[in-house]
Amino acid sequence: MIGGLFIYNHKGEVLISRIYRDDIGRNAVDAFRVNVIHARQQVRSPVTNIARTSFFHIKRSNIWLAAVTKQNVNAAMVFEFLYKMCDVMTAYFGKISEENIKNNFVLIYELLDEILDFGYPQNSESGALKTFITQQGIKGQHQTKEEQSQITSQVTGQIGWRREGIKYRRNELFLDVLESVNLLMSPQGQVLSAHVSGRVVMKSYLSGMPECKFGMNDKIVIDKQGKSGGTEDSGKSSGKQSIAIDDCTFHQCVRLSKFDSERSISFIPPDGEFELLRYRTTKDIILPFRVIPLVREVGRTKLEVKVVIKSNFKPSLLAQKIEVRIPTPLNTSGVQVICMKGKAKYKASENAIVWKIKRMAGMKESQISAEIELLPTTDKKKWTRPPISMNFEVPFAPSGLKVRYLKVFESKLNYSDHDVIKWVRYIGRSGIYETRC
Amino acid sequence: MTDSKYFTTTKKGEIFELKAELNSDKKEKKKEAVKKVIASMTVGKDVSALFPDVVNCMQTDNLELKKLVYLYLMNYAKSQPDMAIMAVNTFVKDCEDPNPLIRALAVRTMGCIRVDKITEYLCEPLRKCLKDEDPYVRKTAAVCVAKLHDINAQLVEDQGFLDTLKDLISDSNPMVVANAVAALSEIAESHPNSNLLDLNPQTINKLLTALNECTEWGQIFILDCLANYTPRDDRESQSICERVTPRLSHANSAVVLSAVKVLMKFMEMLPKDLDYYGTLLKKLAPPLVTLLSAEPELQYVALRNINLIVQKRPEILKHEMKVFFVKYNDPIYVKLEKLDIMIRLASQANIAQVLAELKEYATEVDVDFVRKAVRAIGRCAIKVEQSAERCVSTLLDLIQTKVNYVVQEAIVVIKDIFRKYPNKYESVIATLCENLDSLDEPEARAAMIWIVGEYAERIDNADELLESFLEGFHDESTQVQLQLLTAIVKLFLKKPTETQELVQQVLSLATQDSDNPDLRDRGYIYWRLLSTDPVAAKEVVLAEKPLISEETDLIEPTLLEELICHIGTLASVYHKPPSAFVEGSRGVQHKRLPARAGSGESTDSPDVSQSVGGATEAAPTVIPSQGDLLGDLLNLDLAPPAAGPTVPPSMQLGAMDLLGGGLDSLLGGDIGGSPAMGAGLGSTPAVMPTSLGAPPVVGGGLGDLFDLGGSVGMPAGAYVPPKSVWLPAMKAKGLEISGTFARRSGVIQMELSLTNKAMSVMTDFAIQFNRNSFGLAPAGPLQVLTPLSPNQTIEVSLPLSTSGPVMKMEPLNNLQE
Repeated sequence: MIGGLFIYNHKGEVLISRIYRDDIGRNAVDAFRVNVIHARQQVRSPVTNIARTSFFHIKRSNIWLAAVTKQNVNAAMVFEFLYKMCDVMTAYFGKISEENIKNNFVLIYELLDEILDFGYPQNSESGALKTFITQQGIKGQHQTKEEQSQITSQVTGQIGWRREGIKYRRNELFLDVLESVNLLMSPQGQVLSAHVSGRVVMKSYLSGMPECKFGMNDKIVIDKQGKSGGTEDSGKSSGKQSIAIDDCTFHQCVRLSKFDSERSISFIPPDGEFELLRYRTTKDIILPFRVIPLVREVGRTKLEVKVVIKSNFKPSLLAQKIEVRIPTPLNTSGVQVICMKGKAKYKASENAIVWKIKRMAGMKESQISAEIELLPTTDKKKWTRPPISMNFEVPFAPSGLKVRYLKVFESKLNYSDHDVIKWVRYIGRSGIYETRC
Repeated sequence: MTDSKYFTTTKKGEIFELKAELNSDKKEKKKEAVKKVIASMTVGKDVSALFPDVVNCMQTDNLELKKLVYLYLMNYAKSQPDMAIMAVNTFVKDCEDPNPLIRALAVRTMGCIRVDKITEYLCEPLRKCLKDEDPYVRKTAAVCVAKLHDINAQLVEDQGFLDTLKDLISDSNPMVVANAVAALSEIAESHPNSNLLDLNPQTINKLLTALNECTEWGQIFILDCLANYTPRDDRESQSICERVTPRLSHANSAVVLSAVKVLMKFMEMLPKDLDYYGTLLKKLAPPLVTLLSAEPELQYVALRNINLIVQKRPEILKHEMKVFFVKYNDPIYVKLEKLDIMIRLASQANIAQVLAELKEYATEVDVDFVRKAVRAIGRCAIKVEQSAERCVSTLLDLIQTKVNYVVQEAIVVIKDIFRKYPNKYESVIATLCENLDSLDEPEARAAMIWIVGEYAERIDNADELLESFLEGFHDESTQVQLQLLTAIVKLFLKKPTETQELVQQVLSLATQDSDNPDLRDRGYIYWRLLSTDPVAAKEVVLAEKPLISEETDLIEPTLLEELICHIGTLASVYHKPPSAFVEGSRGVQHKRLPARAGSGESTDSPDVSQSVGGATEAAPTVIPSQGDLLGDLLNLDLAPPAAGPTVPPSMQLGAMDLLGGGLDSLLGGDIGGSPAMGAGLGSTPAVMPTSLGAPPVVGGGLGDLFDLGGSVGMPAGAYVPPKSVWLPAMKAKGLEISGTFARRSGVIQMELSLTNKAMSVMTDFAIQFNRNSFGLAPAGPLQVLTPLSPNQTIEVSLPLSTSGPVMKMEPLNNLQE
């Protein structure tokens, strides 16, 4: 299991060092600093073995987190734990920075004592931890016996992510369907790979221990219902609206065995914001934009670039924050740009022309052309054209996912599903949206 | 509020000041001082001098302060054991505190203080805490047993904590169950043969129930533990699989990978024609693909594992090629791994796409990545015959870029393509020759020289080309020198008239001016061949070469099986068995996949035939892993010695598993049948240590040591081949075994000489035979006068009977050790 956990700043100074196992010594702290941080190279592997000691490391802004072990640990678990550790710290004091870590080092040691015991991860839900580890020192001195046992039963219990006795005057929930659409297109406009990775983020402000059931236009569910309904009609019409989900993963509150057997998503949500599910689709994706590049080399010192973007969604909808990034060769000496819409600029430091458009409606087209002048070089190596990448935000889900319902049942308290105020929002963003040129 | 100020001070006399503050009457000041001490401790300053002052602050009702003091104690108690005793009273008192959080804190911290005197006091509180009414205390106590075991294993056994821990598996609280499972698994690892984790259908059922209820981490502990279980039959296997599959949808990648491990392992037992088997295969693909959308570090872990899974069961991901396409912004370690998997998945169906991608990658920036991409194009050519032509033309395009390392890499792979498809693409040789001057890496130079030598008759100026290399012969690396020697000899045999001088020159360079024995030997062999019988020389040197096989970098099957059992762990990331990087006895137990129902031993037989007939060839690859294995056997000597020289049944089972994983199929020597031996040859002896105290395993790679083909017609019983070394001492940590088979008064005997070449005494020998073609089995126990002291040799003769279980080996007289 994890033998020790260290946090360093970018200089390699250790900010937190907690050793859990006897086989890890203080010298491990220095070994990592010297071999990885001070090496100042690109990280060639997130797992580094130095003198039969394995270091698992991640970096958040300029802070390094390293978990150390000499045993055959579950590697996936160690990384998941490091991410979780970051989540917990963020939940307590915001951004992970040297200043924040130094300011909260006592708190971090307390957390590390609680969420990692002898190198075994323990309950690390920040919601539960906050009931007894606080920034104002630990609660616990003045609690009653009932309060204490409530804490411990929650930390160890089946529903470790939610405490009892939550009350809201207004029961309300927000659902955000956030998708990132990824595309790799050949210069000829052939889709090399495309997929949507989506998340459903829920913010719940519900009293008691509400039992929730979430439904979406999952093809398998709709087909099943269509069949049991028996009418061919419903099957057909829903066929268009339903989507094929390749795979989905759930927050730990979701009853997985129920999903496996009935494909229904039922759970008792944590209080506040959490990620209910993640999913991935590859079929019938609506690609909001199409990029058509045209690059022509005019002699050895000049390039002509023309890029057309076409929006491909309902004209009534508006895409926002559109940005097209056209890479330029390293030996570029000057660029002239003409664009019909938005603003375009050559950014020498980034070796790219950045073209920004604030808003664009569906079924429109826009174009940029640029003349790139090059310095003659002796460099034999040809310029390798990086792909043209694009960023945008659209108010729909490119996968076609629709939330059908989210039902709330709380039998003990007297509020019903109808009393809950529900909000749903769809946001589609570009992930890695690239067209080769 | 801001604690960062504690990091700043580095004044002189700081320790002195801190001392004063720690002894202050004011609580706030005390707390501040302890914080400063912890901050200094973190940055690596030695603040152990403050020990008594800090421990004095322990008696407090302020929980925050108490935790800080505990943290200090855990760090320095070992260096100040006598003073640490001062803390014991507070711990014991805290273990009785009405607040469960404080009880748990005390027992948790006490377990981390590795001072004998404190551990003695820990037993009573720990016993109480294991039965505490509060689950939070129980789950902490469960882990504490593992801590205590790490400090003093005997104490834990004597105090009966292991039984209490086992009881906790039936606890009502899922988190207690999970921690108990984790603790037991860890303890069991250091006692490989103890039946500590007594997994039976009832406990498995409890674990599967807890699986649905515990935290994500607990689920990982439980799944990793489940993976060690071997179901009784395919029905049980299926029912466990059915209850594990829902975990594939968990958001935590480690839960998913551990579930994949269980499924991959238990699938082995399912009959392939079962519907469920197909369903399961289909269910595995999507979660594996989803892992690729995790953070890059996890993607890396996932990709390393997928690499194993693809080798074991290529059908799972065969349609998912596209997801392994490299993204421009992927970190380099993800890119390299994706590339590896792409090649493994390449097939006729997707080769066009793959090639187009590889061509893109070959123009990227990172040198390692580009090289690998170029090499991948070559591997595609070798793997998918239909694509070979396109691959070659792509490689030629890349050579035209004149980017130095691309050209060199391309030449290396083209050489392999020639070896796979002879007489097909030699037209490109001219283009290759143009780039001769730019090659500066030994591998590329050697490849180019090989090509020139092999096709000397088609290259007009072959002699000139090779001569140009000869000038700096002594500055070349061995690889190039050897290649050059061979190439010139080939050239000479093809064009003897013009190149006589050249060949003499190279032979004298190799034999007279070189210090390298390999080079000299090769030189002499050629020289003698050429001078005694040029026709024979031609037959040898210009013999038709065997075609190379398509996949050269596959993981050796037994290692692959073991790694599949370690999915998700560090072993699967390194692609090495745990024994290769874990010190001591922990985790070195070899795991293996269960056998499919009804197929018996046949699961590991495919590779038997592979090693037959080429013992010498197999040796280089085989021996290192054997070394590991033996090392592992040795490492087990921490286990208490067993009673007598006879093997207790349970022990034997464990031992067989250990061996079975690797040795069974790793080693195979082909021996000629000897009539003198009657049925005696071809046995598969494997000497096993009873107590695992000594590692006498008969070594392998025997080649044709036993080749007694010439002895046909010898009178039965008269001839006994001389003893030969079966297991060199180097490979068995000091035990050398040589032996032979003989027939004395009608009884087949195995005669062994055991020599202890190690520094320490060896005891408790035993022997075990694997099932073999002739049913050979020991007729009595191995009689070894124990102990065997250093540098002592003893002769043992073991009567054999032919009444043991018979398993047909292919070929019949295949000897495996």
